[in-house]
Amino acid sequence: MAIKTEPFVINIGPQHPSTHGVFRMRLTLDGEVIIDVEPILGYLHRGIEKLAEGRTYTQNIPFTDRLDYLASMSNNLAYVLAVEKLAGTPVPERAEYLRVIMAELQRIASHLVGVGAFLNDCGAFMTPFLYMFREREKILDLFEMVCGQRLTYNYMRVGGISQDVPEEFLPALKKFVLQMPGFIDEYDQLLAENEILLARAKGVGILPRELAINTSASGPVLRASGVKWDIRKADPYSIYDRFEFDIPTGNFGDCYDRYRVRIQEMRQSVRILKQAMEQLPQGEVRSDVPHLIRPPVGEAYGHIEAPKGELGFYLVSDNSIAPYRFHIRAPTLINLTALRDMMIGWKVADAIIIFGSIDICLAEVDR
Amino acid sequence: MSIFNPSLNLFNCYLEALPPDWPGGFWLHLGLFVVIILAFVLAMIMGFIWFERRGIGRFQVRLGPNRVGPFGLLQPVADAIKILIKEDIIPAKGDKWVHWLAPVVAFVPALMIFAVVPFQDGALLADLNIGILYVVAISSVSVVGIFMAGWGSNNKFSLIGAMRTVAQAVSYEIPVVLSIIGVVLIAGSLSMNEIVKAQSIPFILLQPLGFLIYFIGACAEINRTPFDLLEAESEIVAGYHTEYSGMKFALFYLVEYTEVLAVSAIITTLFLGGWRGPVLPPVLWFLIKVVAVFFLIFWVRSTIPRIRVDQLMAFAWKCLLPLALINLFITGIEVVVLPEALPWTIIFLNLAIMAVLIVLWSKFFRLGGGRVEV
Amino acid sequence: MTVALSGEEIASQIEEHFPGSIAESSQQSLVVDKEFLLVAATYLKTTPGLDFDYLTSITAVDYYDYFEVIYQLTSLQHNHSLVVKTRYYGRDNPTLPSVVGLWQGADFQEREIYDLMGVSFEGHPNLKRIFLWEGFKGHPLRKDYL
Repeated sequence: MAIKTEPFVINIGPQHPSTHGVFRMRLTLDGEVIIDVEPILGYLHRGIEKLAEGRTYTQNIPFTDRLDYLASMSNNLAYVLAVEKLAGTPVPERAEYLRVIMAELQRIASHLVGVGAFLNDCGAFMTPFLYMFREREKILDLFEMVCGQRLTYNYMRVGGISQDVPEEFLPALKKFVLQMPGFIDEYDQLLAENEILLARAKGVGILPRELAINTSASGPVLRASGVKWDIRKADPYSIYDRFEFDIPTGNFGDCYDRYRVRIQEMRQSVRILKQAMEQLPQGEVRSDVPHLIRPPVGEAYGHIEAPKGELGFYLVSDNSIAPYRFHIRAPTLINLTALRDMMIGWKVADAIIIFGSIDICLAEVDR
Repeated sequence: MSIFNPSLNLFNCYLEALPPDWPGGFWLHLGLFVVIILAFVLAMIMGFIWFERRGIGRFQVRLGPNRVGPFGLLQPVADAIKILIKEDIIPAKGDKWVHWLAPVVAFVPALMIFAVVPFQDGALLADLNIGILYVVAISSVSVVGIFMAGWGSNNKFSLIGAMRTVAQAVSYEIPVVLSIIGVVLIAGSLSMNEIVKAQSIPFILLQPLGFLIYFIGACAEINRTPFDLLEAESEIVAGYHTEYSGMKFALFYLVEYTEVLAVSAIITTLFLGGWRGPVLPPVLWFLIKVVAVFFLIFWVRSTIPRIRVDQLMAFAWKCLLPLALINLFITGIEVVVLPEALPWTIIFLNLAIMAVLIVLWSKFFRLGGGRVEV
Repeated sequence: MTVALSGEEIASQIEEHFPGSIAESSQQSLVVDKEFLLVAATYLKTTPGLDFDYLTSITAVDYYDYFEVIYQLTSLQHNHSLVVKTRYYGRDNPTLPSVVGLWQGADFQEREIYDLMGVSFEGHPNLKRIFLWEGFKGHPLRKDYL
């Protein structure tokens, strides 16, 4: 005799320890097995796209800080690149290098949080998380040195950056760059070959290559599925064509690959930092840009490889001081598209780590 | 007489001063030990909480609580006061009585385990001749309290947590008991005091595999990492005590640590030679060993990720259970065939057998299943 | 470097296969008539040499007279990109065909446009508001929403 059972619906979030913000998933369970997933978004929707239409191009830079607050520098960069593309503003050499340095530092900082939170979701009781925060603190110290902020930097400007770095920045950066590879090795030793982590993450939440491309996944999620696609290489913006680095990819597209790809990317970022530091020229950091930028009528799509994926800004100008349309291509929102396909058939415990391995930031998903 | 003289029985000297057939002796003993156990458990738990928080702080490259009192020693007191004056919330649609009773049902058995734990030779509340059986029986009752909490809360997270606990406790009971039987076979007694007396060599050397199985199984039974599925913070919020607050939450917190303390005490008694040890007084030896085992438990906690529920089950049934059976079988043979053999021969034999078995199982055993087609 | 394909050239290719499908084209982009959006998108995705397998982004702009929906297409295989646009004239209940069947990545983005701009997508499997709650009045990103 078959036992009569009925599916069991649980709400994970919006207040839940491991939804990385105010994300909500409605899971339909059969026992512990997930048979349906419905992501419910919008708890942090602030209407940034609408607000931005009423502010000048420069006033919008602080808004971009508040998208993915774990990678504010990258957001700044993507936005100013889009505006520069729209207005045709030149950028001084030194500013380009400093931008790359900041963006790569930010990538390391963001991946540290992403990997730490992922391991925490696997149940490693905060230890890896705090180890990673130790180095993230050092990066935040560096950022504080250059712009006085630790979270929302507002550092980039259209046509350059807000101010040159102080004297003590470069020695501090040099020290950090020398230390960091050792710390990355330490993270590897912490858990990379741990039997339990392998059992939990290997083969779990597989995102096949075709599906990853079809669902427009980007960033580490796409690369872990074996697609060698990194905008820094594929469509080099700023001065990324001057640096040597590799694009780490995964083989299977499971949670473990996504975790490994992030760790490898940190190593590559350190490589870029080293080269950028050596090549850093002297000179101006900001070209002559009027306070009120009035780009010609037109539209521009500027995109960068942000830590979490392809971050793009689609701007439409009507030759006024504010953008006519300000659209953000949020990588984490689009990476969530494949969530359902990745989760179905796995258990509740897996749902959490699959979700954690995508590494999202709700402030960017909801905007 | 010096207090450091190990022959002095610190706990029972009061009885020697009294006439041996004095009828109040039983009650005096009972009353005194109830007080001692309560004080011991509460003081140790306070100490453990502080030790664990500071210790994990060090593991996690931070300091841990260090503001309240010297070295943060008063932090547990401050926490206790904070938690006791919090509002007590009962879910509107919960089963009120079950919800109210659950922490009590969970706490009492955890405390009762200490009735048979010898602090020193003969210094225990009740020297039952079936001591270890009593421990096994009593420690399973806590699960009822946890399930009541899960059911009475009327919360899906609590219920999932409680279901996981029952499944976990039932599965891990078997390897745990089988590994205890190995010790009992060697000691030739079920009494905790007699087991300690039999350990001229700590049984961890004679029963290395049994110790490992017991340690893992006990960690699972008391829901410590990597088996803390029932309160897996990142998955089901706080598991069975999601809906608890104030005093009742404090009781659950206390249960958790009482069980850890109990497991540390039992491991000390069964495998580490209990209160036996040179130079220092026996009580101190007992405490040192308990703290050492506790340190091991929270070391594991701060290091290892959590395993999944099906992997947990697979681990119990496919790995621990066969190993425990093999261990029991080999121990039986050794006790019957080689009763006069030198201990060192048996120690090396057992270590070799353990190594071979663990390597074999790690080669052929796979944790849990994969994706389920739906 | 991702090569931005010329909108004019691709437009003439599409026009050849589906006469009357191109409304406008320039170096940067091409505007497809909304009736032909799906066939043109299928053509772009499946034609060897074009292989636009990756839909980078979709967005919509309100130009008062019409709504313009912009598709940023990329081919990971050939590393080239194209901007395809389509328009809906009028303000009442704008409707366009959905491309979720071709690129699943359009799922959330089309829901977002529906939610904030009020453009419906025919054939979308789950067209609901995504950020705002059910029952919210109006579509905030429209220019006449204040």
